[in-house]
Amino acid sequence: MSKRSPNDLIDTKYLIKQVEKELESSSRRLFGKQILSLGSLSLLSGCALTDGDSAEKMLVSVSRWNDRVQAFLFDPNKLAPTYPESMITKPFPFNAYYGEDEIRDVDGTRYKLELGGLIRERKPWTLSQLAMLPQTSQVTRHICVEGWSAIGKWGGVRFSDFLKMVGADTTAKYVGFKCADDYYTSIDMPTALHQQTLLTLTFADRILPREYGFPMKLRIPTKLGFKNPKHITEIYVTNDYPGGYWEDQGYNWFGGA
Amino acid sequence: MQISLHPRYVRICHWVNALAIFLMVTSGWRIYNASPIFNFLFPKSITIGGWLGGGILWHFAAMWMLVINALIYLMVNILSGRMQSKFLPLYPKQLFTDLRNALLLKLQHSDITHYNAVQKAAYLSVMLGIFIAIISGLAVWKSVQFPLLRELMGGYDNARVVHFFAMTFIVSFVMIHLLMVALVPATLKTMLFSRKQVIQQGADK
Ligand code: HEM
Repeated sequence: MSKRSPNDLIDTKYLIKQVEKELESSSRRLFGKQILSLGSLSLLSGCALTDGDSAEKMLVSVSRWNDRVQAFLFDPNKLAPTYPESMITKPFPFNAYYGEDEIRDVDGTRYKLELGGLIRERKPWTLSQLAMLPQTSQVTRHICVEGWSAIGKWGGVRFSDFLKMVGADTTAKYVGFKCADDYYTSIDMPTALHQQTLLTLTFADRILPREYGFPMKLRIPTKLGFKNPKHITEIYVTNDYPGGYWEDQGYNWFGGA
Repeated sequence: MQISLHPRYVRICHWVNALAIFLMVTSGWRIYNASPIFNFLFPKSITIGGWLGGGILWHFAAMWMLVINALIYLMVNILSGRMQSKFLPLYPKQLFTDLRNALLLKLQHSDITHYNAVQKAAYLSVMLGIFIAIISGLAVWKSVQFPLLRELMGGYDNARVVHFFAMTFIVSFVMIHLLMVALVPATLKTMLFSRKQVIQQGADK
């Protein structure tokens, strides 16, 4: 029998959440059919209230409209709040589209960050080359699309400095990311150039742990958690909408906070 | 006697609002379930969206319906003077008398064109409740872009709690509201049909 760790005692909220996650992943696969699952209500009426397909199309086009509204609301000079280190959330929650036992191991010595798309100098970067660039750090709130939030300290290279240094076309629309855990996502250029957006190499003043995205993640305190890719292996600049792992399943693409 | 029933815009706004509130509440419960604030979940069968992403899509689509409709209602209602004449004045003393009579089931409903003090208070407070739901929702959705709203709500996490209780208030209102309509069904006709239609229907009987 395994002994209960103090963590198990924290609260039933955690347990509820885990169960919910299990259910979640199965209903996600039914997306489309289930989008207007009024459960018992649609059973009562004996038929679907709305044709799933056209409801889904309508919802997705409103979501595109919400992208534009958020791009309009986004103020490049507005900073996400920062906090004293005493407010850092401990332990900081792990979250990904897979469980904690499936975290990818990336070999830091052989790691290469590839650059692609509308970037002038596309030579790959090693971890030590990245570590030699000027570093900065900040304590910010990570807000998850699920609703929870947690405060952490991330350090690394200001992403706008990096993009300018490698000659990225900063008039392009999107920056896309591919990750070692097969995750992928993309963000708008104004957010990429925001001064708090960091190519992150450290968490809590230590080398970025594997559960938080070793060797490198992008930290964007002005966006929701799923817009902060971990284990990044490729960064590319493009004008063609690149989508994302969650975004292609229905999460709002802009995902701003 | 001149009966002045609900103008057409009030009837349309009312039903659009009812649909918007239904979508907001049931999709909101789905979103809540992804990361509950308290030690309970809403039964999945009374939520919409199927999964978190679907719930969010519904919530952020229906919010436009809710907000635009509320703005139209408030604008026309205030500018036309209907807000004043229907909901004001509202005196505490009268509210208490009407409330006591209502609880003793002694409140007169002979003139359904006139709102009693309990109705006035209930309708005004649910309007305030919807307003608080909207601004706390904005604080949760755009906590970085609206720092003032965020601080007004006591920070991001607290804005979620405010949002939750605004929902709870609205849902409580709706339950009592539906009970009242069931008790005085004549009012339902006035919210559905024009004066002409109501009089015709009355004559047909
Ligand atoms: C299907 C559900 C609903 C039914 C059957 C219903 C029915 C009614 C009826 C019959 C009236 C007229 C009362 C009278 O003339 O004395 C009324 C007024 C009102 N209802 Fe509802 N209602 C519903 C949902 C809602 C919801 C969800 C809300 C808001 C959360 C709401 C808010 C109001 C307000 C504010 C008024 C006063 C409107 C005005 O006079 O400008 N109702 N409702």
